[in-house]
Amino acid sequence: MRIDIDKNRCIGAGQCALAAPGVFTQDDEGFSALLPGREDGGGDPMVREAARACPVGAISVTEPAK
Amino acid sequence: MPDLTTEPSQPVAFPQDRSCPYHPPTGYDPVRATRPLARVTLYDGRPVWLVTGHALARELLTDPRLSTDRNRDGFPVTTPRFAAIRDRTTALLGVDDPEHRTQRRMMIPSFTLKRATELRPQIQRTVDGLLDEMIAQGPPADLVAAFALPVPSMVICALLGVPYADHEFFEEQSRLLLRGPSAAVAQDARDRLEAYLSDLIDHKRKEPGDGVLDDLIQQQQREGRPGRAELLALAVILLVAGHETTANMISLGTYTLLQHPDRLAELRADPALLPAAVEELMRLLSIADGLLRQATEDIEVAGTTIRAGDGVVFSTSVINRDQDVYAAPDTLDFHRPARHHIAFGFGIHQCLGQNLARTELELALGSLVQRLPTLRLAAPPEEIPFKPGDTIQGMLELPVTW
Repeated sequence: MRIDIDKNRCIGAGQCALAAPGVFTQDDEGFSALLPGREDGGGDPMVREAARACPVGAISVTEPAK
Repeated sequence: MPDLTTEPSQPVAFPQDRSCPYHPPTGYDPVRATRPLARVTLYDGRPVWLVTGHALARELLTDPRLSTDRNRDGFPVTTPRFAAIRDRTTALLGVDDPEHRTQRRMMIPSFTLKRATELRPQIQRTVDGLLDEMIAQGPPADLVAAFALPVPSMVICALLGVPYADHEFFEEQSRLLLRGPSAAVAQDARDRLEAYLSDLIDHKRKEPGDGVLDDLIQQQQREGRPGRAELLALAVILLVAGHETTANMISLGTYTLLQHPDRLAELRADPALLPAAVEELMRLLSIADGLLRQATEDIEVAGTTIRAGDGVVFSTSVINRDQDVYAAPDTLDFHRPARHHIAFGFGIHQCLGQNLARTELELALGSLVQRLPTLRLAAPPEEIPFKPGDTIQGMLELPVTW
């Protein structure tokens, strides 16, 4: 799984970190960031929920082509 | 899809007063049945679009062709009070990108999930102290004055660096600003709040503290931004929005729980349900009902055209009860997935303080129901006054006993 965060769109609402705290965090400026070692989502089923919860659509989740 | 190109013969007015404080007005029934987009009439007779569908609301609240700039010609107003104060700058909520983005970026670090978590012990102490005091005075009590208002008021004061000793003054001005009897009164209240905060900022320049306002002052000295007027506008909105909204959720949330004894018993028995209960209460109560926007260009949606200049209103109470998203939407259910409600809004203006609000609500409602297992209303429920439809919803007073 590939997770992309558009930091130019992010408004720091923290909804990703609330929905999937095992994958997302907020950096010092408050913007969405991936936890070290969890850049691929770590198989967390809440990653898609986090993307849907983002109020500005800043998170995109793509599965690698098989 | 109903024909939306002609005005209905019996126009539905927006906003209307609720008949039950936690349900949308029954007068909205015709528009609840008209998803995802309906027509309503504002107090001044102006027809506007009312977004009623959840998916369309998410789409339009992220559409940059809808402006939130209250100074635009023809921006919709829902009460004469707001018509009178719209020439002022409202920070954050009243400005579009890119200006909004600059303001929001300054504020984000103070309102992250991590920051809200760090504040938990302090908020819990505030909650405990107020409950100790209320219990020591003995029943009955007005829960609004003894608990619902002071919790968020003390928390936002500490966070911003505003002296809580002045709380009676700014709570009263906020009340007049949000639901004063006339436009002139609302305007005077805003003048007084601005004068108070302006003096406070001057004082802080000489004697800095460690609140968010102090951080903004330092940033101003360092980077020249926010400017003086912008800093003042930010201070006003943070102070007003920071205590009024959460206070209403605590009072109305408590009333709603007391009217649902089975759900309340369930919550007392399993405090782990608290975060879900807070989300579900946010969804059901939708206290900020009627988010306002104006189209800057023609927008094709839902088989119709929103024209440039049209007013667009989002009824959160109706949207958060969209049957396509929430089964049995009028029922309070802590086990439903309520997370995607739009009670905090959606898009770039989604509530800055939502992480703080969730924390305050969890600790306030959780501690209240645990500390007072026999908490009940001290007056017939239908006689307890609540707020009119043209402002943030909540209880005006909440007589309780235990």
